[in-house]
Amino acid sequence: MRLFKDASYKFIEKRRTAYVVSAIVIATGIAAMGYNIVSLGSWQNYGVDFLGGSLVQVRFDQPTSDAELREALGGATAPPITQFGGEGTGEFVIRAPLDESVSITQVADNVETQIRANLTDRTFEVVRRELVGAKVGGELQQKALLAVLFSFLLTLIYLAFRFELRFGLAAVIATAHDILITLGFLAIFRVEIALPTVAAILTILGYSLNDTIVVFDRIRENMRMKGARKRDPVDLVNQSINETLPRTVLTSGTTLAVLCALLVLGGAVIRDFTIVLMLGVVIGTYSSIFVASPALIEIQKRWGMGQSASEKKKARPQPATV
Amino acid sequence: MHLVLEVDDPDSTMTAEARSDMIDRVDRIIRTRIDQFGVEEPLIQKVGGDRLIVELAGIDDEDRAKGIIQESAFLEFNKVLPTAEFDQALSRIDRSIVATLGVDSRPALGRDVVDESDARENLLFGTDSSAVQNDAAADSAEAADEPVDAIEDALRPFSSLLFTGDVEGTYFVAAEDRPIAEQFLAMEEVQRAFPRDQKLRWGADLLAQGARNYYRLYVLEEDAFLTGEELEDATAQRDPQFNQSQVQFELSRAGGRRFARFSGANVGNYLAIVLDNEVMSAPVIRDRIGARGQIEMGQGTPLEEARDLALVLRAGALPVRINIVEERTVGPSLGQDSIDQGTIAGMVGIGMVVVIMITYYGAAGFLAVGALGVYVLLVLGGLAGLNATLTVPGIAGLILSIGMAVDANVLIFERIREELDHGRATRTAVEEGFEHALSAIVDANITTLITALILFQFGTGPVRGFAVTLSIGIVASFFSALFVTRSFFLAYLSGKKASDPISI
Repeated sequence: MRLFKDASYKFIEKRRTAYVVSAIVIATGIAAMGYNIVSLGSWQNYGVDFLGGSLVQVRFDQPTSDAELREALGGATAPPITQFGGEGTGEFVIRAPLDESVSITQVADNVETQIRANLTDRTFEVVRRELVGAKVGGELQQKALLAVLFSFLLTLIYLAFRFELRFGLAAVIATAHDILITLGFLAIFRVEIALPTVAAILTILGYSLNDTIVVFDRIRENMRMKGARKRDPVDLVNQSINETLPRTVLTSGTTLAVLCALLVLGGAVIRDFTIVLMLGVVIGTYSSIFVASPALIEIQKRWGMGQSASEKKKARPQPATV
Repeated sequence: MHLVLEVDDPDSTMTAEARSDMIDRVDRIIRTRIDQFGVEEPLIQKVGGDRLIVELAGIDDEDRAKGIIQESAFLEFNKVLPTAEFDQALSRIDRSIVATLGVDSRPALGRDVVDESDARENLLFGTDSSAVQNDAAADSAEAADEPVDAIEDALRPFSSLLFTGDVEGTYFVAAEDRPIAEQFLAMEEVQRAFPRDQKLRWGADLLAQGARNYYRLYVLEEDAFLTGEELEDATAQRDPQFNQSQVQFELSRAGGRRFARFSGANVGNYLAIVLDNEVMSAPVIRDRIGARGQIEMGQGTPLEEARDLALVLRAGALPVRINIVEERTVGPSLGQDSIDQGTIAGMVGIGMVVVIMITYYGAAGFLAVGALGVYVLLVLGGLAGLNATLTVPGIAGLILSIGMAVDANVLIFERIREELDHGRATRTAVEEGFEHALSAIVDANITTLITALILFQFGTGPVRGFAVTLSIGIVASFFSALFVTRSFFLAYLSGKKASDPISI
């Protein structure tokens, strides 16, 4: 079996359409972030991991409604309660915000005691506790940001060293594009940002980078071929994308298949996470073709970077390097 | 269970160095305690200079484990002083509270004075409580005989909370008054009004007297004559006669001598055994006591609690109070559910990869699947070797690295196909395919590895788990694609002539 053998799509020529599509998607995401700032007070729906607070997940042995649980925890003053894993499971997640006067463990213990005292005819099990102090939450936010920035920087340096600076720049632009879209998606659907979400974003970063590098590797190789210098850069990049297309489709397809299995069978704990990853795989594939490669061409056109010193010495008229 | 502990230093009075030093000491003591508690392969690690990560796997009773870690276990022996010695200071304390907070000190601290004096009336004269409460609701401050008490209470905000205790050297404080009394005692002005060499400590037990509950407040000599440092051994016991759990302790020789000297000089006095600033018991000294003693745990306390106390006493006291700043616990059932579901999903996912690879690449697909099998073994071995537990982010790392392992094979096979298209002989095409795919695989793996290492550096807990599984996965996928697939390919080609067609 063979797909996309000898494909010759004109990807780069369609780049303007892609720019518009990307711009619309990113703008929608940024608008959602703005809306969240106004209505939620924060651009993303940060969870306990980053805001600090106490998350307690309980599973009742008897049928229990969320209204009963809310009543037991103080009615109107109860902390936010969400059903876990669908109606009728008797499983709930309670998110108590930080309280400066008591410790995080105390808050969680209080929640448990209150349920025990007010729902005396039920028995329940505490299946999960995630407690994060205020300082730790703030630090986690900062560290996650630093980690992403540092990996950008080091990737840039590595690619500049292994390829050329413009390849590094183009790869970082594509990755930033993917992360922006992912963050926009998270903001639109107000997906709770927890540590696994950060891991998902970083996985997307890794995946997108991997995809981009494979295409770039082929461009680099084709540039070294005989007569490459005389070719139209757009043509050369198109050829490289088409040559790697079977691999791109197969790898993305396989990864999506694994993620589908995870989505259907993996259980409620990782559902959000899997959805974010699937989105990331699609965006990562799209961006390596429609963002990273065009970015390479644009950088070349605008700043003419990537000419080696020897080429400049020869001073050929309009060297058609890519 | 994943815990992050920090030295309790709310006002940041300690230097970074002092905190780091404290955490080192806490580290040693907690290690000893956990060892004695009997947890296998705990992970205890100092991070960031002033934090301690404690990771314990497979614990049945997490609350108990937390108690053992967090209990300061600071044991002191103090002489109990007669309340008469403290009484003189009471008026000074009252005045300083009034001077600082005004006559409305209790409302200022969020308590309703009127309500309170009513309750007291209730106790002293035995009036029907519901009637008085109704009065109170109807604003009893206007009742004729009460303003005097209210004013008097307002001028004696602290001492009006105290009642004569049952044992020498103790006051009674109603359980509901304890929070406000604690707030008064915490005030700096009150501390200054304290008599020198004296301090107040709460009793651990709640006493029921009539309809109300009380705590004892002990007057103690400021300096302990003996501390837990002199403790040699501690064992838990059950006293069958009183159905009481107790911890028997044995003192060092020096400690025993000091104990004997003190008890000899104080026959007839009371001795307070203070654990973490709470008086556990205050027996009367009947005779000179040697190197042994016991801590009563109160009636109905399970023996287990006594055992835990004995354990922490043996391991030694923590030099400072510690706070849990992060806690992640996954109950055994959720953990098992997630693992079961994750395993099934993972197996189905791998099954799909197998089907896709074999459908798409034929015989070569089989070789890739074989290489993936080796990859899975390598990853499982690596995870087991590092004693890593799988979390959601950890699974993410594995997915990414499985993707990369498949990708490496796909890159190689596509390349071989291209070389075959160019009309190369089978063996040459395979060689060229591996060679040309190499640079893409190396670059892709190294950039991802860079990301993983940065994450390991910056991440904590779960994100670190992601970084670890991802790193292991990358190394394993690199090895399996380049060496294992290649060896399989060579074996596959060994029976063929250079020009024979291959299934790819």
